[in-house]
Amino acid sequence: MVTSLKSAQRSSHDATPFLIVDQVSKVYPTKTGDYTVLKDVNLAVNQGEFICVIGHSGCGKSTLLNMVSGFAKPTTGRVLLQGKPIEKPGPDRMVVFQGYALLPWLSVFENVYLGVNVVYPQKSKSEKTQIVKEFLAMVGLADAMEKKPPQISGGMKQRVAIARALALCPEVLILDEPFGALDAITKEELQEELLKIWNTHKCTVLMITHDIDEALFLADRLVMMTNGPAAAIGEVMEIPFRRPRNRSRMMETPEYYKLRNHALDFLYNRFAHDDE
Amino acid sequence: MTIARKQFNKPSFVLDKKLKQRLEDIATPLGTILILLLIWQLLTMILPTDLPGPIKVVQETWVLILYPFFDFGGTNKGLFWQVFTSLQRVAIGYSFAAVVGIGLGILVGLNKRLSKGLDPIFNILRTVPPLAWVPIALAALKQNQPAALFVIFITAIWPILINTAVGVRQIPQDFNNVAQVLQLPKTEYFFKILIPSALPYIFTGLRIAIGLSWLAIIAAEIVMSGIVGIGFFIWNAYQNSQISEIIVSLVYIGLVGWLLDSLMAWVQTLILPQSQR
Repeated sequence: MVTSLKSAQRSSHDATPFLIVDQVSKVYPTKTGDYTVLKDVNLAVNQGEFICVIGHSGCGKSTLLNMVSGFAKPTTGRVLLQGKPIEKPGPDRMVVFQGYALLPWLSVFENVYLGVNVVYPQKSKSEKTQIVKEFLAMVGLADAMEKKPPQISGGMKQRVAIARALALCPEVLILDEPFGALDAITKEELQEELLKIWNTHKCTVLMITHDIDEALFLADRLVMMTNGPAAAIGEVMEIPFRRPRNRSRMMETPEYYKLRNHALDFLYNRFAHDDE
Repeated sequence: MTIARKQFNKPSFVLDKKLKQRLEDIATPLGTILILLLIWQLLTMILPTDLPGPIKVVQETWVLILYPFFDFGGTNKGLFWQVFTSLQRVAIGYSFAAVVGIGLGILVGLNKRLSKGLDPIFNILRTVPPLAWVPIALAALKQNQPAALFVIFITAIWPILINTAVGVRQIPQDFNNVAQVLQLPKTEYFFKILIPSALPYIFTGLRIAIGLSWLAIIAAEIVMSGIVGIGFFIWNAYQNSQISEIIVSLVYIGLVGWLLDSLMAWVQTLILPQSQR
């Protein structure tokens, strides 16, 4: 149930994993000297895998994901996607930002079209329009296409952000606490939609979360990080529930609580946050 | 019956209230003006001064007030033409200032080094009062007309430039991140992110600048002899001790300034979406 990194690598079908984080450290220079955020982080992710990253705030989760999206570069070590080092942000690694980051002066349709237009320059206008409509329909926003972001709810904004990212058929989908600001019901709805979409599009997903239940419902593996400074991956937990998953049936199994308690123990006993 | 009557009564009551509100909105400032005119009249009667009271002003200038469109050639023109000529100058100088100010503002906002180098210069130049530019403009351009335009230009450009630069610098990091992830081409970034994001700031600059350029043109024209324009009209009236004419001109200047500002405010509501005002 709890596997080390090496066994996870061995169990993959490919000889070389899709995404490799290899001995990565990140150091930020500050006035009082260097601050090490991450130290010697190793992770191998297979194509199509759903990975959740959990850890206390300040443990460098976002920094780790920023190095995959290309907004940050490792101080030492390498991040490789399909064997190539990641140099800069690009539409093959779409990010769903924490604050949605929708352009308020563009309509929902235009927000999604903006990216589609850049990524498929060879397609005709009607084809691109079709793609946008398809993905907006997929997240249940076919009727809200002409609305502007300030006119729609937080849950709808998050749907637009997800549609914008998925419409580009990225290799990797990176989500930074996507459902943190949503109410419990909307959150569960969106989690299920995300799983459905992930099932049909089979992109690799990296997602930061603070919610253990969310991680257990969504992820293939849960990456648990130790506390900063100099945070590292403390443990990678395999989540073996069969898909498609049913939330209530999953929660009835004793195994669910075993995993849940294990994660809780990691976060609140072994690496409890010492509030400075 | 009673229900029907109630339904009938309610809207008429609401309408009545609205009308009352409307009347009050107009009557209150009018009343205030009347009171102030009365105080002015009384003061000129009590105090020993060369300033005429409002009654005397109207008596002495009723020809000017009633015939704003006369044109006897030279600088001898009605108040409408005087104001119109000044406004034309403002339009030209202000347009140049807007184009150059927004363009330079975007460059300065985008380029950190440029901004570091130019910021102190901008901050020194923008505090120079419009009148101080007049002798320099006259020395450099030799003629009244281009010199007046230059004075407007140099007065109006600073608020436009500085606000535009601030607007460009404040583009939320989130939007820039989106542009980076999508690898938006420069033109797309410019029209879809930079301009809409900076637009409220640009408009603030434009609105401040239109007020300033109207102030500047009058100051500039006063110094430049022999040109048609409300500024020189005032100076000419002063030379001939026609204080009443100056007072009427001041009223014109104030009204036009108010009109210009309202115009900009209206354009702002047309262009900016609700969420950005």
